[in-house]
Amino acid sequence: MNSNNLPPITEEKIDIERRRLLASGGAIAIASGIMLYGGGAGAREKGQPATSAQRWGMLIDTTADKSIWDTVVTACKREQGWGGGNNPATDPQWVRKVSIKNKSTGAEATLPVMCQHCANPPCVDVCPTGASMQRADGIVLVDKHICIGCRYCMMACPYSARSFVHEPVHNQKPHMPRGMGTVESCTMCVHRVDNNQQPACVEALEAKGSKAIIFGDLNDPDSEISRAVSAHVTRRIREDLGVEPGVHYKGI
Amino acid sequence: MASIDKNTYKEVSGNGGDYLSLIAWLGVFAVAGIGSAFYMETQGHVVTGMTNQIVWGMPHVFAVFLIIAASGALNVASMSSVFGKKIYKPLGRLSAIMALSLLAGGLLVLVLDLGRPDRLDVAMLKQNFKSIFAWNIYLYSGFFGVVIVYLWMMMERRFNKYSKIAGTFAFVWRLALTTGTGSIFGFLMARPGYDAAIMAPMFIAMSFAFGLAIKIIFVTSAYRATARPLGDKLLFQMRNLLGIFIAAALYFNIAQHLTNLYAPEHMGVEMFILLDGGIYTILFWVGQILLGTIVPMTLLFHPAINRSCQSINAASMLVIIGGIIQVYIIIVGGQAYPMDMFPGFEVTSTFFDGSIHSYTPSLPEIVLGLGGVATALLIMMLAVKYLPILPASLSDAAIGPANITTDEDA
Repeated sequence: MNSNNLPPITEEKIDIERRRLLASGGAIAIASGIMLYGGGAGAREKGQPATSAQRWGMLIDTTADKSIWDTVVTACKREQGWGGGNNPATDPQWVRKVSIKNKSTGAEATLPVMCQHCANPPCVDVCPTGASMQRADGIVLVDKHICIGCRYCMMACPYSARSFVHEPVHNQKPHMPRGMGTVESCTMCVHRVDNNQQPACVEALEAKGSKAIIFGDLNDPDSEISRAVSAHVTRRIREDLGVEPGVHYKGI
Repeated sequence: MASIDKNTYKEVSGNGGDYLSLIAWLGVFAVAGIGSAFYMETQGHVVTGMTNQIVWGMPHVFAVFLIIAASGALNVASMSSVFGKKIYKPLGRLSAIMALSLLAGGLLVLVLDLGRPDRLDVAMLKQNFKSIFAWNIYLYSGFFGVVIVYLWMMMERRFNKYSKIAGTFAFVWRLALTTGTGSIFGFLMARPGYDAAIMAPMFIAMSFAFGLAIKIIFVTSAYRATARPLGDKLLFQMRNLLGIFIAAALYFNIAQHLTNLYAPEHMGVEMFILLDGGIYTILFWVGQILLGTIVPMTLLFHPAINRSCQSINAASMLVIIGGIIQVYIIIVGGQAYPMDMFPGFEVTSTFFDGSIHSYTPSLPEIVLGLGGVATALLIMMLAVKYLPILPASLSDAAIGPANITTDEDA
């Protein structure tokens, strides 16, 4: 079953935190361990639309201990309310741990794969109704209200990042409406990002003292992620397809 | 300028026990199909064999088969109206009716398989024009309009003179429609089994064969059941045409596989289909190639047997079966082979990355697909009862000399 042990983050708490954040004018770490992104390119007034001033992305360090990726999967399940089914072939998986082994050298790595939030997302191109959509800040989402469940986006996604909800869903989170017969995938925790917080997986890793995923604004040259991707050679999965994913990997 | 259609068309009486029981059976299947869809919608797609890896299954096989057969069924009308092959003129009306029926059956299955078929209005009102699916909404609904007008021009004697222009427009539209259907797969860049421009023309060649095979069976069955004369002249013309269409579909298939075999990146999926893909390899060689191509071509072209109606009907039936198998290989086989997310690496995960994906069609899916077939046939059966669609005679005398080509003939 879903593990919903963490207390939900209330709107009130978020507002208080956002005010503190706006007052500080920069990214601050609060006592609970939540890293808030504010100021500069990161801050956006509540209610204002996302803009292309930001390009949210992630840098994943595949050299991290592979057991740490379970933390990512668990945090995502807890935050978004998926998981807990008994049908591996049909249960949704917003993020999964993928193991790879070089066929010629035998070198191995383990890494989390989720929606890569492409700049040129095939899922958005093929969606007949526009339910598959891309925000101006690069986050790719499914509008559950107009998804007709045709699954063409799942056919088009190079990363198998999307799941179709095959069964009735229970215990939905207020911030994440889900519905049988529609398609879903990683939202990069858009509800948190819009409140100047980090995605749940990143926060869960940091709570364990891991920086295996860095989240941030790729458009902001001073952001931690921008500095990291400019300092290290990173790869994006199937870069050859030209879809320009927003998720970078280090170490593969 | 254009000639008036001098054939006599007559509704079938449709009062016999055979007709009524066939209608009843088709009705049962159509209702069962809708019932299946309701079951799938209320219980969720978990009751189907489809998964997060094989996201399109049996309903799509039936739907795509019916949709491409629909455009192909129109072809016999086009042969007369567009290409001036007078011999096919008597079947013009039936071609249009079959095209409409098959498309309706296919779309019914496609729509009822949606995760949220109740949101069909959303698909009509909110469209992303970059999506080939959205284009198809226009191509499919437009096809109904274009073919209905074409049918009207053929059926209304005063408007016969416009049937050539209406037929030409319908012919171009049907080419666009099948291109759109093939491109659903051709545009999928990440899947090694698809992602090829040849999907569009291959689907067109397939449509010619599937549509004509269904037409031959319908015509021979209807004329036998109604004791109307059907001469060899027209039957043998259709036989020859079917043989050519099968060869054309095979040509595109060979071109596709040869091209893929030349590219190392596509070698995996090619080996999967052609050599070591288990059921898919068997389906390809035994189903599509042997039963769907070689045997029917032998039946149609071997002089010792190709003059019998049974041979031609058997060949047509095999083309249909082989066609469904071919569409199954394309749709299901194309998904069963895993996407190469990390070229050069072995990949494993809880989401079955890197594994051959398994798929077992479930009864509700198959019943839904058969419901679409039954709906298409039901519409055809009712149309020939209530509309003057079928010529009173297709005897050699009624047909006139074969192979007459005239620009005037509409």
